[in-house]
Amino acid sequence: MAAHHSRSQFQRHFRRDEAPIPFTIDGIAYSGRRGDTVLVAIMSVTDRLRQSEFTSEPRAGFCLIGACQDCFVTLACGMRVRACTTPLEAQMAFITRESGNE
Amino acid sequence: MTRRLSADVAVIGGGLVGSSAALALRRAGLSVILIDKGFCGAQASGVNYGGVRRQGRSAAQLPLSQRAHQIWPRLKELIGIDGEYQRSGHLKLARTPEDFAKLEHYAETVKSFGLDLELYTGAMAKARFPWLSGNIAGASLCPDDGQANPRLVSPAFAKAARDAGAIVLEQNAVHAAVRANDGFALQAGADCEITCRFLINSAGAWANKIAADFAEPAPLSRIYPSMVVTEPLAPRLPVSLGEEGGGFYCRQVTRGNYIMGGGRGYALADPDFSRPSTTAAQSVMKRATALFPHLAGAHVIRFWSGTEGQLPDNNPVIGPSGTTPGLFHAFGFCGAGFQVAPAVGAVLCDLVTSGETVTPIDAFSIERFRNMSSQHNEKKGTHNETVE
Amino acid sequence: MNDTSPAVVVGAGPAGICAAKTLVAAGLRPIVIDEGLRAGGQIYRRPFLDDGRSATDLYGSEAAKATRLHREFDALLPSIDYRPQTLVWNIADNQLHLMANGDHQQISFQNLILSTGATDRVLPFPGWTLPGVYTLGAAQTALKAQGCTIGRKVVFLGSGPLLYLVAWQYLKAGASVAAVLDTAPFTAKLNLLSAFRFDPRLVLIGMSYAARLVRRGVKLRYNVRPTGVDGSQHVEGLSFKSGAKTHSIACDAVAYGFALRPETQLADLAGCSFRFDDRDRTWLPVTDETGRTNRKGVYLAGDGSGIAGADAAEISGELAALALIQDSGAVADPGRMSVLAGARRRKAKLRDALEKAFPFPENWFEQVPGETKLCRCEEITVSSVVDTLHGNDLRELNRLKALSRAGMGRCQGRMCSAALAEVLSSTQKLTLTEIGRLRAQAPVKPLPLSLHEGGA
Ligand SMILES: Cc1cc2nc3c(=O)[nH]c(=O)nc-3n(C[C@H](O)[C@H](O)[C@H](O)COP(=O)(O)OP(=O)(O)OC[C@H]3O[C@@H](n4cnc5c(N)ncnc54)[C@H](O)[C@@H]3O)c2cc1C
Ligand SMILES: Cc1cc2nc3c(=O)[nH]c(=O)nc-3n(C[C@H](O)[C@H](O)[C@H](O)COP(=O)(O)OP(=O)(O)OC[C@H]3O[C@@H](n4cnc5c(N)ncnc54)[C@H](O)[C@@H]3O)c2cc1C
Ligand code: FES
Repeated sequence: MAAHHSRSQFQRHFRRDEAPIPFTIDGIAYSGRRGDTVLVAIMSVTDRLRQSEFTSEPRAGFCLIGACQDCFVTLACGMRVRACTTPLEAQMAFITRESGNE
Repeated sequence: MTRRLSADVAVIGGGLVGSSAALALRRAGLSVILIDKGFCGAQASGVNYGGVRRQGRSAAQLPLSQRAHQIWPRLKELIGIDGEYQRSGHLKLARTPEDFAKLEHYAETVKSFGLDLELYTGAMAKARFPWLSGNIAGASLCPDDGQANPRLVSPAFAKAARDAGAIVLEQNAVHAAVRANDGFALQAGADCEITCRFLINSAGAWANKIAADFAEPAPLSRIYPSMVVTEPLAPRLPVSLGEEGGGFYCRQVTRGNYIMGGGRGYALADPDFSRPSTTAAQSVMKRATALFPHLAGAHVIRFWSGTEGQLPDNNPVIGPSGTTPGLFHAFGFCGAGFQVAPAVGAVLCDLVTSGETVTPIDAFSIERFRNMSSQHNEKKGTHNETVE
Repeated sequence: MNDTSPAVVVGAGPAGICAAKTLVAAGLRPIVIDEGLRAGGQIYRRPFLDDGRSATDLYGSEAAKATRLHREFDALLPSIDYRPQTLVWNIADNQLHLMANGDHQQISFQNLILSTGATDRVLPFPGWTLPGVYTLGAAQTALKAQGCTIGRKVVFLGSGPLLYLVAWQYLKAGASVAAVLDTAPFTAKLNLLSAFRFDPRLVLIGMSYAARLVRRGVKLRYNVRPTGVDGSQHVEGLSFKSGAKTHSIACDAVAYGFALRPETQLADLAGCSFRFDDRDRTWLPVTDETGRTNRKGVYLAGDGSGIAGADAAEISGELAALALIQDSGAVADPGRMSVLAGARRRKAKLRDALEKAFPFPENWFEQVPGETKLCRCEEITVSSVVDTLHGNDLRELNRLKALSRAGMGRCQGRMCSAALAEVLSSTQKLTLTEIGRLRAQAPVKPLPLSLHEGGA
C-alpha cells in the first residue's frame, strides 16, 4: 500500500544528516535517520501508516505521545509496535496488510 | 412523595433472567414491574463472555437448555435485534487423554438429548481445525451451539419488555419485600412502594438476601470470572472454544476481537463491582498464545470481570418458593446462565400463569438446600467449572 | 520512615521530577517510572537524539526551566531507581503492574505519587481521522522530539494556549503556517487581562506569539467552527465557518486541540474517589491541597490531578512528596508546605482566568454531521451514538459506551470520552455531572498478548 503513496507527509527540519537506517515497507526499501521513531521514519517517506480495521481508511497516527493508539504497525515477524514511541531499528520490515492474514 | 405502583407481577432484578421473564409475562397479558438497583443488563447478563452453549451442561440442565436453544434464533422477532447470535459451533478441547475420556463419557451420557456432538482425536482435531496449535488430546464439537453479544442482548430484552408495556424501574434497589394480603409489598429506591400478586426473585448474585427474607436462604456465593479482549484482528476463529476443566475459553467476534476468559477476579470495595485478577488474565493470555501462535504479536486492550452467583452443586435455583406461595426464585447460574436465561424467563412465566411448566426443573428446587447451613463463605478456587 | 518498600513516583514530567527530588532530599530512594524514553514529560520533552538544537530552540521562553529540570533529574539518577520506557498498566492491592521491554513486572508500594500528566483534549469533526490531521501536542512533539513538522503547510485550529505557541514554533522552524483558527470569540481574549494579575510574564509571552504570527503575515481568525477536512487520502485543505461565511484554506496538515484532559486512569484503578470539576469539564480524583487522596499512601501531583500547567506541576510535585514524607512520620517543613499551597492556589486562579480566555467550544455537536466518526478506534459515528442513546433512553456514560461501543477501543476512551460526554449531556439535557464518568479498566494501554513473566 505504502508503495503507491510515495508522497511524504512529514518534513524533516533537523537531524537531516544523521546516519541513514534502512527499513522496508511491504518489501520496498526506504531509509530513515538515526534517532527516528518508527512513525517519523514511515511518515517521512509515505502518507499513511495503516488502514483502519472497519472502514479501511488510511490512518497515520494522531497524538504522537502514546495516548491514542492509532499508530500500531505490523512487522513481518507478526509483532505489532506502537509507531510513535518505538525507535526505528535497522532492517525493520513493515507490512501494511491486515494483521493475522496469511 | 411516595410513588405507589401495583401490578400482577413484580420482578426483582433486570438481568437477562428477569427481563426475559418480564417480556414473557407481558406477552401472556399480565401487568409487570421490572425493578433493577442499577441498569437492566449491566451486571452478569451484560458483561459475560457470550457463550451460548449447551455442551458441557449437566443432564439436569439440558431440557431447559434445549428450550433456550429454540428461543435464541428468534431474537430478532422477540427483541428487535439478533444480538449477534450465531450458531458457530462450540468446540471443547481436551489437553490430556484423561480429559478426552471425560469428553467421550459426557457425549455418551447426553446422547439422548440430541446435541449431535462430534468427537475428534487430537490429530483429527488439528486436521479439521487447522488454526489450532499446542497440546490437544482431543476435542468435542457441538455444531449448533454458538455465541452472542451479551452487551446488546440483555438490555434489549429489558427494552422489549418495556416496549411491551412493562414498567421498568432502574436505579431503584428493592430493600424490603414482604408478604402482604394476597400478595407482596415491596419498597424500592428512596420512595417507591410496590404491591403485586406474584413476586419473582431474579436478583442474580444478590438474590440470596431476598430468599433469606422469606426464610429460605441458599448457600449462594459469588464468583468473578476474569475476561480479556484483544484488539480487532483478521477473522480466523470460527467457533467458540472451551476447554475441559474450564481454564480457558475464547471466541472471536464478528468485528475481529478475540474475547477470552478463564480464572477468577475479585470484588472491589463496592462488591457490586469487580476486577479481573491479573494472574488469571495472564494465564489466559499465555494459553491463547499457545493455542493460537498467530496471536503472538497481537495486543489485549481490556480486562474485565462480572459478578455471578454460585451454588455448591453447580445448578441454579429455579422454581417456586418452599415457604411462600406466589414467590418464585431464579438465581445462582454458576457462570452459565446466559444461554439458559431466555428459557428460564419462559419457565417463570409458565409457573406464574399456570402453576406448572413442561420443562423439568425439579433438580433446581430451592428445597434442596433446606437443611443446609445458611452460612456459606465464598471459597475461592473450589469451583472451577466451565464459565462460558 | 518505618516502611520497607520504597516510595514510587509514576511519571517523570515536572511534577514527578520535583516529587522525586523532594523525596531524595528527605533521604529516600524512590523508584521513578516513566513510559517515555527520556525524562522530562510533555512540555520539557527531550529529543530522542540530541540534534544540535539549543534549549532555546527547543523550549523558547521556558528554556531555563527545561534545562534546570533536566539537570536536576540527571543529578538524581544515582539516588533513585529510574525505570524509563516502563508502562504502569494496572494498580491492584498495593501492587503496580509494569511492562518494560515486553516483560511483565510487579512491584509493591506503600507510598505512591501519581504524576501522570495530561493528553490533548479533542473533539471530532469531519475528516479528523485523515492522515495529516494531528493534535496540537502531536504537532509539537514531532518538532520537539524528532525535528519534523507534520506537513509543509499547516493550519492550527482549536482553543488553548498551545494553539498560538505551536503555530509560532512551526513558523520559527521553517514550516508555513496557513492560518490560526481560534474556536473562541476574540472577546474571550479580554480575560487575559485578569490572568495578567496572576502571572504577567506568562500572559505577555502568550500574547507575543499571536503578535509575532500576525507580524509574519499569518491570518488569525476567531469564532471558527471547522466544517471539514478536504481530501480523501490525506489533507488537502480545511473548510470552516467563521460567522455566517464558509471558507476554505489549502493546506497539507491540520493541528488541533482544545486544551488538555488529565490522565486519571491509574488513580481510578488505585481506588481514588472522583469529583466533577467545572473548569476542567471532567472528573478529577479528590485530593486535599497537598495531593493526598482518600487512599492511604496514594498522592497525586501535576496535570493528572487537574490541568494547571507546568509551573503548578512543579509545585504540586514537591507538595505531594512533602505530604508523603510527613505521613510517613518524618519531619516535613510545614512552612514550606504552606508557601507551596499558597502558590498552588494562585496558579489555580490563573487557570480560572486562562480557561475563560481559551474556552471549551460550547455546542460543538450542533455543526458536526451525523456521519462523522465520534470514536476513531471503533469507528462509531455520531449518529449511531445518538440513535443508541435515544433508542434506549440512556442517561449514563458507561451504559452508552456498552451499548454504542464508543470508547471501547484501543485508546480506552482517551480520544472520545469528552465527545461522548458532550453528546450524551446535550442530547439528554443532563449535566456532565449527572451522566457520570467512564470507569477505568486495566490495562490502561494495550499489552502484547505475549507479555512474559519478568523479574521483580
Ligand atoms: C464474566 C462472566 C462470564 C460469563 N460467561 C457466560 C457464558 O459465556 N455463557 C453463559 O451461559 N453464562 C455465562 N455467565 C453467566 C451468566 O452471565 C449469568 O448466569 C446470567 O447472566 C445470570 O443472569 P441474571 O439475570 O440472573 O443475573 P444478573 O445479570 O446479574 O442480573 C441480576 C440483576 O439483579 C439486580 N439486583 C440485584 N439485587 C437487586 C435488588 N435488591 N433490587 C433490584 N435489583 C437488584 C442487579 O442489579 C442485576 O442487574 C458468565 C458470567 C460472568 C460474570
Ligand atoms: C503533547 C503535549 C505538549 C505540551 N506542550 C506544552 C508546552 O509546550 N508548553 C506548556 O506550557 N505546556 C505544554 N503542555 C502542558 C504541560 O505538558 C503540562 O502542563 C505539564 O507537563 C504537566 O506536567 P506533569 O508533570 O503533570 O505531566 P507530564 O509532563 O505530562 O508528565 C507525565 C509523565 O507521566 C508519564 N506517564 C503517564 N502515564 C504513565 C503510565 N501509565 N506509566 C508510565 N508513565 C506514565 C508520561 O510518560 C509523562 O512523561 C503540553 C501537554 C501535552 C500533552
Ligand atoms: S500516534 Fe497516538 S499513540 Fe501513537
